[in-house]
Amino acid sequence: MKSLAELRQRLQEEFRRALTKPLIRVGLGSCGIAAGGEKVMAAIREEAAARGLDLDVITTSCIGMCYKEPTIEVVLPGRAGVVYGDVTVKAVPQIIESHVVNGQPFLDLAVMQIPDGAEPYPDIPFMEQTPYYAKQVRTVTSRLGRTNPESIEEYIVTGGYEALEKVLSSMTPEEVIEEIKKSGLRGRGGAGFPTGMKWQFTRGAPGDQKYVVCNADEGDPGAFMDRSVLEGDPHSVLEGMIIAGYAIGASEGYIYCRAEYPLAIRRLTIAIAQAEQYGLLGDNILDSGFSFRIKIKQGAGAFVCGEETALLTSIEGNRGMPRVRPPFPAQKGLWGKPTNINNVETFANVPFIIRRGGDWFAAMGTEKSKGSKVFCLAGKVRNTGLLEVPMGITLREVIFDLAGGIREGKKYKAVQIGGPSGGCLPEDKLDLPVDYESLTAAGAIMGSGGMVVMDEDTCMVDVARFFLSFTQKESCGKCTPCREGTKRMLEILTRITEGQGRPEDLEVLERLGHVVRNTSLCGLGQTCPNPVLSTLRYFRHEYEAHIFDKKCPAHTCRALITYYILEDKCNGCTRCLRVCPAGAIAGEKKKLHVIDPAKCTRCGTCMEKCKFGAVAVM
Amino acid sequence: MGLWVVKITFGEGIVLACQCCAAPASEFTPEQERAFEELLARYRGEKGALIPVLQEAQDIFGYLPKEVMERISRELRVPFSKTFGVATFYAQFHLKPRGRNIVRVCLGTACHVRGGAKIYEATQDALGIPSGETTPDRRFTFEYVACLGCCALAPVVMVNQDTHGRMTPSKVPEVLKQYK
Repeated sequence: MKSLAELRQRLQEEFRRALTKPLIRVGLGSCGIAAGGEKVMAAIREEAAARGLDLDVITTSCIGMCYKEPTIEVVLPGRAGVVYGDVTVKAVPQIIESHVVNGQPFLDLAVMQIPDGAEPYPDIPFMEQTPYYAKQVRTVTSRLGRTNPESIEEYIVTGGYEALEKVLSSMTPEEVIEEIKKSGLRGRGGAGFPTGMKWQFTRGAPGDQKYVVCNADEGDPGAFMDRSVLEGDPHSVLEGMIIAGYAIGASEGYIYCRAEYPLAIRRLTIAIAQAEQYGLLGDNILDSGFSFRIKIKQGAGAFVCGEETALLTSIEGNRGMPRVRPPFPAQKGLWGKPTNINNVETFANVPFIIRRGGDWFAAMGTEKSKGSKVFCLAGKVRNTGLLEVPMGITLREVIFDLAGGIREGKKYKAVQIGGPSGGCLPEDKLDLPVDYESLTAAGAIMGSGGMVVMDEDTCMVDVARFFLSFTQKESCGKCTPCREGTKRMLEILTRITEGQGRPEDLEVLERLGHVVRNTSLCGLGQTCPNPVLSTLRYFRHEYEAHIFDKKCPAHTCRALITYYILEDKCNGCTRCLRVCPAGAIAGEKKKLHVIDPAKCTRCGTCMEKCKFGAVAVM
Repeated sequence: MGLWVVKITFGEGIVLACQCCAAPASEFTPEQERAFEELLARYRGEKGALIPVLQEAQDIFGYLPKEVMERISRELRVPFSKTFGVATFYAQFHLKPRGRNIVRVCLGTACHVRGGAKIYEATQDALGIPSGETTPDRRFTFEYVACLGCCALAPVVMVNQDTHGRMTPSKVPEVLKQYK
């Protein structure tokens, strides 16, 4: 069999040679681009050209500090890499002048340094010393923000495809499955089914043609870890899939990626072409006799297609409606053939497990939930972004230690975990360890790993209504309880947020929720009442305030709030009066303004525009 | 979707025609026709080709005109009812012409808790159309999406391929102004 060892060594030398000039990596994941990363990159190139500097400017992916985007990393030969955050076009000349030209990092924007064995700088914290990264383990995310995702050479140099070589040269398919089982890896897409067992079922199912499918239809609002992995380390997913193909005896794989992720699809397409070029995909991989091909299928915008049987139906070219299980995809999947479906993050873990051994993985985490998990933190926390933490870490550690707590000094109210299938957990659940069982017992689910943090300004009834309106629209309509039940529940929740709630509504909601949960065919219907049931369980008083007192404690529900102007703070600047789209504010210059509640549409523009904090809400 | 009428045409059997979006077939340019023929040839005989063919056809024409869906049905040998069923199941497919610029306001969880609904309203006011519609001059099509995956920058508005993060209602008109 062909070996990559020689190639890896040659590439390593090449990379070492290339390190004789300064290097700047620019974080260009979707979020980095959205924050202006491309403009920063252009500014760096311009500045370098204007000064006649010879330096490499390279694309990398998201390092995970979304709250600091755009980020760049400046590496001088022989010195530690320095990561800068909140980099603006204006700051580029300063960074280049100070760091690249004078060798002094620009401390105003420097966030941390990553030595990689080179000489560190004084006065800049190391990555693992920063609060955001201190408790993180970087496995699946290890290459994110550090390598060029569009370069297979960088993947190979950093140990990529070593696992595939190991598997093809020295392991039987059974041994591969055994190693995955030993690691305790469980599906990272939501339900947490043991991956090794799934592989074994598919291997054991009779059939000459089998398929490997990667579920990259990350539809949960608030989850973007699969996007980040696909954008930042596409080859790790391909490698995991090829290994899975070898283990279960499949020769074809599909990646079902949602069309809303154009950059992920582009980088996957590049990665597949590169792997084919290097003989790592296609016929007779590395002369081992094993052949495997991967195709990308683009989703067309249906949340339910994240459910495995709906996904398969969609690949087959149909309306993405779930099928009855059993038979499970492992027996009868794509085109009726045994099919192994795993999520992006699950596949991305595989090469690491094979390289470092199942025991290494199993040493991390809790008794039943092994390894690390990537979470996406969004909402009202200070540090939003992507983090990879060992299983079993507490919610409090994640939200307060890593993510820095709630923004603007507000009070924590809840964290919503697991997207539309998950639940909202209140303050007294903050010490819960993050693992599959604990979260399920508390009424949430691990799901794909999206965490949206809510503060005192978030109305929990409105949040429940929001999720229901999402699942109601996305219900495929096959099962009556889900199709009709979500609609009725949404009507009730809407009614409550509009101040028309009835005393019996809460009981009806609970009953409906249980019916929908127990009688729907697929995961969407079975879990969609969770946001309602969990908020009813932990935040019942907010529902009651809406129904009985006609008040929204978080001041969010429009029908239940009134804007008014604080006498002592209003200095009569007429600003609010001019911006009010409804003409509901009366007053003269230098005199107190008054809002007419009858005319007010409660759009909040006055509050947003007032520079003196004189508009209040009750 | 407006009114549906059954039109009987000799030789072609029963044709479903939607009155609100009946566009004359001659609207297509020769380049579009050529690209479409090439697309059909590429997928002929492939398993599960319907969705990718619809996706690429929509890339060519900007939306899925009735004639195009009929042709796809014939070429792929699937009943028109199935093509229509698939095209209306997935949010990505459009049966009406679209604007030159697509404005998508994100109403995902993270955007929602950071005031996405206000951005949505500001966009609606600025464009003067409800979501799902196109301005009469076809400059903008206004949509909302469930999540763009840029949750850390919430609330987010995407215009064409550009993502605008950390939006406020008052920034909406400024952002829209950039797109002609």
